[in-house]
Amino acid sequence: MAEDYVIEMLHITKEFPGIKANDDITLQLRKGEVHALLGENGAGKSTLMSVLFGLYQPEQGTIRKNGKEVQIRNPNDANALGIGMVHQHFKLVECFTVLDNIILGVEPNKLGFLQKAEARKKVMALSEKYGLRVDPDALVSDISVGMQQRVEILKMLYRDNEILIFDEPTAVLTPQEIDELMEIMRGFKKEGKSILFITHKLNEIMAVADRCTVLRKGKYVGVVDIANTTQEELSRMMVGRDVQLQVEKAPAKPGEVILDVQHVTVPSSTHKKNAVKDVSFQVRAGEIVCLAGIEGNGQTEFVYGLTGLEKVSDGKITFCGQDITHASIRQRSKDGMSHIPEDRHKHGLVLDYTLENNMVLQRYWQPEFQNHGFIRKDKVREYSDRLIEQYDVRSGQGSATIARSMSGGNQQKAIIAREIDRDPKLLVAVQPTRGLDVGAIEYIHRQIVAQRDAGKAVLLVSLELDEVMNLSDRILVMYEGEVVGEFDPKTTTVQELGLYMAGARKQGKGE
Amino acid sequence: MLLLIKYTLLYGIVLMLVALGGMFSEHSGIINIALEGIMVIGGVAGVLALTLLPATMPAWLIVVISILAAALAGMVYSLLLAFASINLKADQTIGGTALNLLATAVAVVLAKYFSESGSAKLNYSNRPFLFSIGGLEMSVFVPLGLILLVVSYVVMYKTRFGLRLRACGEHPQAADSVGINVYKMRYAGVLISGALGAIGGMAYIVPPVQTWNFEVGVAGAGFLALAVMIFGQWKPFHIFGAAMFFAVFKSLANIADSTFLANLGWSSNIYNMMPFIASMIILAFTSKNSMAPKAEGIPYDKGSR
Amino acid sequence: MSGFMDKKKMLSRDGKGRSAFVSVLAALLCILIGLACGYLVLLAINAEHAWTDGFVRILMGGFYDAPYGVGRTLANAAPLVMTGLSVAFAFKTGLFNIGAAGQYTLGAYGALYCAIILHLPWYVSLIVSAVLGGLWGAIPGLFKAYLNINEVITSIMFNWIALYLVNEVIYAGGTGPMYDARNTRTLNLRRMEGAEGVTIPDFGLNDMFQTNSTTIAIFLAIVVAIVIWVILDKTTFGYELKAVGLNKNAARYAGINEKKNLVLSMVIAGALAGFGAGLYYLSGVSEWNPLNSTTLPAMGFNGISVALLASSNPIGTIFSALFISHITVGGSFLSTRYYPTEIADLISGIIIYLCAFSMLFRGRIAKLLSGGKRADKSGEKEG
Repeated sequence: MAEDYVIEMLHITKEFPGIKANDDITLQLRKGEVHALLGENGAGKSTLMSVLFGLYQPEQGTIRKNGKEVQIRNPNDANALGIGMVHQHFKLVECFTVLDNIILGVEPNKLGFLQKAEARKKVMALSEKYGLRVDPDALVSDISVGMQQRVEILKMLYRDNEILIFDEPTAVLTPQEIDELMEIMRGFKKEGKSILFITHKLNEIMAVADRCTVLRKGKYVGVVDIANTTQEELSRMMVGRDVQLQVEKAPAKPGEVILDVQHVTVPSSTHKKNAVKDVSFQVRAGEIVCLAGIEGNGQTEFVYGLTGLEKVSDGKITFCGQDITHASIRQRSKDGMSHIPEDRHKHGLVLDYTLENNMVLQRYWQPEFQNHGFIRKDKVREYSDRLIEQYDVRSGQGSATIARSMSGGNQQKAIIAREIDRDPKLLVAVQPTRGLDVGAIEYIHRQIVAQRDAGKAVLLVSLELDEVMNLSDRILVMYEGEVVGEFDPKTTTVQELGLYMAGARKQGKGE
Repeated sequence: MLLLIKYTLLYGIVLMLVALGGMFSEHSGIINIALEGIMVIGGVAGVLALTLLPATMPAWLIVVISILAAALAGMVYSLLLAFASINLKADQTIGGTALNLLATAVAVVLAKYFSESGSAKLNYSNRPFLFSIGGLEMSVFVPLGLILLVVSYVVMYKTRFGLRLRACGEHPQAADSVGINVYKMRYAGVLISGALGAIGGMAYIVPPVQTWNFEVGVAGAGFLALAVMIFGQWKPFHIFGAAMFFAVFKSLANIADSTFLANLGWSSNIYNMMPFIASMIILAFTSKNSMAPKAEGIPYDKGSR
Repeated sequence: MSGFMDKKKMLSRDGKGRSAFVSVLAALLCILIGLACGYLVLLAINAEHAWTDGFVRILMGGFYDAPYGVGRTLANAAPLVMTGLSVAFAFKTGLFNIGAAGQYTLGAYGALYCAIILHLPWYVSLIVSAVLGGLWGAIPGLFKAYLNINEVITSIMFNWIALYLVNEVIYAGGTGPMYDARNTRTLNLRRMEGAEGVTIPDFGLNDMFQTNSTTIAIFLAIVVAIVIWVILDKTTFGYELKAVGLNKNAARYAGINEKKNLVLSMVIAGALAGFGAGLYYLSGVSEWNPLNSTTLPAMGFNGISVALLASSNPIGTIFSALFISHITVGGSFLSTRYYPTEIADLISGIIIYLCAFSMLFRGRIAKLLSGGKRADKSGEKEG
């Protein structure tokens, strides 16, 4: 019956140049339910939600509210229909206060002059009612990620939204915070609000959702009742085949110490405190050591310090027996350190260079590729062609392709090819699978394990606990710039890691 | 000393007006390097209005009309910047530079067209703009500027418009997601900067002299105003302070010959150089904690989120 | 095998040729619209004479009064190529060198000092002007690399500082040895004592064009343009510079010293601008007026037009400089009875304004050419 549905998106099609992001997708949301929207990276979830929120206009399809067709041309229209959204990347103005951020766009005013007092009253009341603790006068730049998310939720409540969209809300939270969020969602459900919950994590869906719509490669796969389904079925619907998420690997055979980090401290570039404090550990040949933790707990800065992108203010880094604490980036690279960077667009590639020029990014100066300062373009081409072939990097025009025009997965493959082919002693891989689909993830995981088995030392930095548990031979948890615990993936649990990642527990120094 | 105060106020108000204009534009997310050109356009429009208005008109009306003419011209001219950088997503610095070059050419062509002599010099009367308090001769731009300063502050920090404008300069995606039309707000920011910059241009040219050769433009005052804005950390009252600080040097150049400073034997070149050097030194020391709007200079594209 | 390689090379050259073709088309479009606007202004000022006495004279440029006018076009184009190269070179490293005017000013001082005071041969003077320009260019580079201050602001400030500084030193209260009070300019290189060898030789060009300042400067400029092209396109140094320009962070990640490259790029850009000033003043095209303390040398800013019009291609700057010089000289042939000569500036101003968003034109043209079937960055879109 049509009146069951508070929002219906029927046969939505949205195209971008060269790709159909949404192809005839239907999604129906009942009043008072938690409805999950499941799909891999690139399946079209965010696009669909952007259509619902008025950020994109679909080429085809209709949207109905309570059975009546509606036009949503911009976020204002969506807001008028009671639709609110917590975006994956928070939409908060950093130098504004929490209160200013909440009222932005719907400011109470007299003749254009702001009336903040009444806004504050309403915000405080909502915060009380739903247990969403915030400080209205704090600057957003000064508050924790968890509180920023609460601000985003308050933004929706302040606008009296009835339909709440959560776009990948758990990516930035600890397992305990995730539980809290689930509780808040159940509270909303009791109040009669309808929730759309976008995710690619199956256990979260099982925990909180009533129904689930599954998308794959921009197409609608189906909708299922959570009560009558299993994780395996959902996973098959999402990927289209059985997924072997467990990486098969033999036990590690750690050899000599390749990397020895002692008491390393790295200052923060954004505030006065140190981002990395007194971190010490070792990585041996033939093992994968993983730095786990919630985003923003110093992992990025540690890698910057390790690879030379940032200066280390204290401590000592020894690499293959040599002190490289103050060595240049080029020197570290020469000594055999490879680095798959966290942000492939910021660091990994010169996007407007051709693929071949990117393939020699650290090697263009070697005699192999230059002659008296003149680049040997034929050698570069030869080398790049070989890497493309060997690592199955797909692109429009082979070596001459501009890197920007390649898909994210292939860009990442190109970086991995380049870094692995340099035959490093240490491979530093930072979130190597972020934003990729399952096929690419499997490929990259296999490559990393293969490197380990070839006797390389691997330092993996990951935010995905599944990846951490699957790949590593040892796990180090970072919290607020410190290593707060070391674990064996075979004997620990996600819950235990979560407590350490949230700072609730800490192992004694010197273990 | 009185003379020093007079010149400092006159010139300081000019810098402040133009810098305030830059502030509005940059808080909306558009770098307005075209301020120099906007000043020139405002100057030529205001002066043309002055020469074309009948001298029999009441003085206050002449003042009002010519200032409005300047502001309007500045707004129209700044539309070119807005169109290029907002709709066409052009590089704002290059677009602004082009407008600076174009402005001088436009002003000279206009001036030559309207002047009797066929040269780029225009003659006008600055009497309506001057008044004196206790022997201190002042221009109407001083009280006008102070009023606009207070208004700017209120608009920027106490109104809905100001909050939204700043949101567009800091995080346009966030503004867009709560239903604020980023393009519209950026247009508003640029237009306000056009008006203020143009009034500043007129304030630079009209009060001190009765004839102006538009081939010289405004001699870098617009660029200095940019430095004032940065030094003023994009905040109205800080900008006022910064403008006065810079203006002192310029005033010294003007009065050096007639005071004790003449003994130093420095030429006007040296004094003229000082504000530029001072601004570089200040920038060097304050660069570490810049308060620049985060999204300035980046074209906003609705599609890319 | 060799045939295979050849084919591949041809393919890549094809891609390159195509993007160059698109750039040229975009530039021509900018020029066309700019000229059309200029014509409209001519019509507005004096419709009766707009075509023959106005537009045609601008279009004909130096050819209106050949060969003299052509000689002037060439003499003016030489420094323009250099300032254009200066801006283009900095662009390649991701820097906007709006400071070419200041570097040019320093270069002018260097050239004139060497010629007038030291009577050094022209090639030495040229090197000195390049060195001084390079030093002046280094300042914004250093500010950018080590204090992270935008080079645009620094360059603008140092433009004015350069102007006041050079004026002060040359004028020195009217007593400067380089200053000729009768002309209120610096001494004329051709008429002063000990002038042999201080000016750039003309090898008969002056006789050919019936001018007195058409020297081999234009050929020197072309040689420099080719050298710059080779550096950017063929060498590891060029690879580094462009990597820094396209993505500073990735360049750093790759072990390239991005700060050193930023500074070096600005030094070279400054040297190019300074060299341009040397070409201009050592050809004796005109003298420096130290009493003008309100306008910066237009050569510096016109360099921006030249670079933009050429899409920062070093070889392209040769042609775009010739064009800008062509219409500027054309503008000077306008009869002042009807039109101000600044119409030419107006046209080049409009052209740069259009160039500022010529990327857009380029995108459109490329799309038209390929029939709009190009798939671009899409796989990355989060689903």
